[in-house]
Amino acid sequence: MQPFRTHVGVAAALLQANVDTDAIIPSREMRHVSRRGLAAGLFANWRYVDAAGREPQPDFILNRPRYAGASILLCGANFGCGSSREHAVWALAEFGIRVLVAPSFGLIFRKNCIANGVLAAELSAPRIAALAAWADADPQVNRVRVDLQRRAITGGGVAASFAIDDAARMRLIEGLDAIAFTLAHAERIDAFERERFARHPWVRLPRSG
Amino acid sequence: MGRIANRVPGGRQRPAGSDREAVLSSTLFDKLWDSHCIESDEHGEDLLYIDRLCLHERTGGIALNALLEAGRPVRRAEHAFCMMDHILDTRPGRTDRTLVPGGEQFIARSRSGAAALGVRVFDVNDPQQGISHAVSAEQGIALPGLSIVCPDSHTCTLGALGALAFGIGTSETEHVLATSTLRMARPPNMRVTVQGALPEYVTAKDLALYLIAEHGAAGGSGAAVEFDGEAIAALDIEGRMTLCNMAVEFAAATAVIAPDQAVLDYVAGRPFAPFPLPSAEWQALKSDPNARFDRNLDIDARQVSHRVTWGTSPEQGVELQGRVPEPKDRNERQALAYADLAPGTPMTDISIDAAFIGSCTNARLGDLRAAAKVLEGRRVAPGVAAVCAPASTPIKRAAEAEGLDAVFRAAGFEWRESGCSMCFYAGGETFGPGRRVISTTNRNFEGRQGPGTRTHLASPAVVAASALRGRISAPEPR
Ligand code: SF4
Repeated sequence: MQPFRTHVGVAAALLQANVDTDAIIPSREMRHVSRRGLAAGLFANWRYVDAAGREPQPDFILNRPRYAGASILLCGANFGCGSSREHAVWALAEFGIRVLVAPSFGLIFRKNCIANGVLAAELSAPRIAALAAWADADPQVNRVRVDLQRRAITGGGVAASFAIDDAARMRLIEGLDAIAFTLAHAERIDAFERERFARHPWVRLPRSG
Repeated sequence: MGRIANRVPGGRQRPAGSDREAVLSSTLFDKLWDSHCIESDEHGEDLLYIDRLCLHERTGGIALNALLEAGRPVRRAEHAFCMMDHILDTRPGRTDRTLVPGGEQFIARSRSGAAALGVRVFDVNDPQQGISHAVSAEQGIALPGLSIVCPDSHTCTLGALGALAFGIGTSETEHVLATSTLRMARPPNMRVTVQGALPEYVTAKDLALYLIAEHGAAGGSGAAVEFDGEAIAALDIEGRMTLCNMAVEFAAATAVIAPDQAVLDYVAGRPFAPFPLPSAEWQALKSDPNARFDRNLDIDARQVSHRVTWGTSPEQGVELQGRVPEPKDRNERQALAYADLAPGTPMTDISIDAAFIGSCTNARLGDLRAAAKVLEGRRVAPGVAAVCAPASTPIKRAAEAEGLDAVFRAAGFEWRESGCSMCFYAGGETFGPGRRVISTTNRNFEGRQGPGTRTHLASPAVVAASALRGRISAPEPR
């Protein structure tokens, strides 16, 4: 995973609350047994004129030329609620989104972001609105800057500190492979498990086959 | 509403047994968490031991094949299970073919990945097949005191048995497969106490919809919610599962209910349950009398009546006798536009095109019985498409043994094989664009039941009664 330090990019605003993962990637867009090939399905219900086709809906923000190359999404509360599908994050990442800023996120979605190197930053709604207003004036020029080390987000008159828990921040900054990191302490898992099975033998199922 | 802030790292550590007072003030959730916590890191996350993992074909194939490609073994294959539920066809005589193009690939890759890694599959036509959360309870895979995870947000259903249950993402699923652990920050504790008795015919589903409407779809604020109180103790296990299932629609991290004798009776004799049951150990799984919760909510069960949603969030609901409200904000205006409803319309004036009884929320045997009781000897209104998909094949068989399938069929319902079916468009099953569906499922999001399909959430009896009348209706006692 690519380590995340700072990022400067075009910011697009999608400020309605409770954007769920089915809106981010409708289930019919998850066609292959793969993490890839999902960007075209991102926000498909809003991005295309009809569900089956690919004719762009000209009003949708990510279709508007002035937001071309957007890599920061300014969002409403509870962004990414609903189904646990990690495809939502895979689609966003493949589309080129590196930073999501929202007053709050769906819990599983937020963890999925971190697992895929996408920064999910929490910021108050008024500050997000202020950033959106500034960026919207001229998105290609008024780029938003995010500094994960300092937890800082800046743009126009806004210089704010966003919230992200320490563990998520460290994992993003270091770009760690979570499994390898955990397996480095495999002996502690083994010891814990031995004790758990000894104390609660019913927990252990026989090996099948 | 923001999340409740996570606690100071390390501030919650309670060395088990060493500090009597602290131990006596633990919540049930904290006891479950502590008994699975291998270690805490300096960033405030804990490494939790995971006792059971359930996969499904929707993401199981991706996770299993990622492990195979990386050359990593499954650390405890005998504690992992793969269900087929999300995409598979539920029409009678089904094969691997799905309505959604390419769906059979998800099934085939999950099956082959599981076989290569030694993971037990509850395959398409296995007599034990069903929706993951129903199968894990039925088979005794989920048990009191166990940690269990599944890449599906409704895994919280299993908290009804006193399990520590979480929905996770696909990367986390790979992590659990490879390490038997999960890294998580401990969520705060919230208690929802439901005193009094629910009125007759009012169900756990109505209670869940009431809670979410009263306190908001973000009301759970990322907390682990313990349900307790008289009304919870009075719920049967299926009702408790319905309530815990909906906790994720309340933005809870998970839900849990202290296991009582009813849980022990439910679990006894299940294929993966131990014999004899560790009854004393399980009955000790409860919050201490002076346990401190970060938040407490009190609900009066007598205030709850039949509920139905009008919008595109489970919080957008009213009593069945209520009306479509005036929209308060842009979200509600958008919801009303999608639902194609005018403010002030009595809910019982809304005509429906379709009725669905199914899902991990409300398609267990008791739910089917409740619906059949309403349907018996009657026909669904002309033009209403009606489908019933039991939550598992064993439930379907049990219903057939009681003759419930005949009641559903005679009433004009399609009697399907088990699976997620119309709950969710993943397998390509839908009633169609613009169609208005009354449904026993858990989500009424835009497009959830197919592009442009409109969803009203309700209990099985209300769905059955509405199907008969062709508009949203209360079941008549008879
Ligand atoms: S029945 Fe619906 S909510 Fe339950 S697991 Fe299947 S798709 Fe998810």
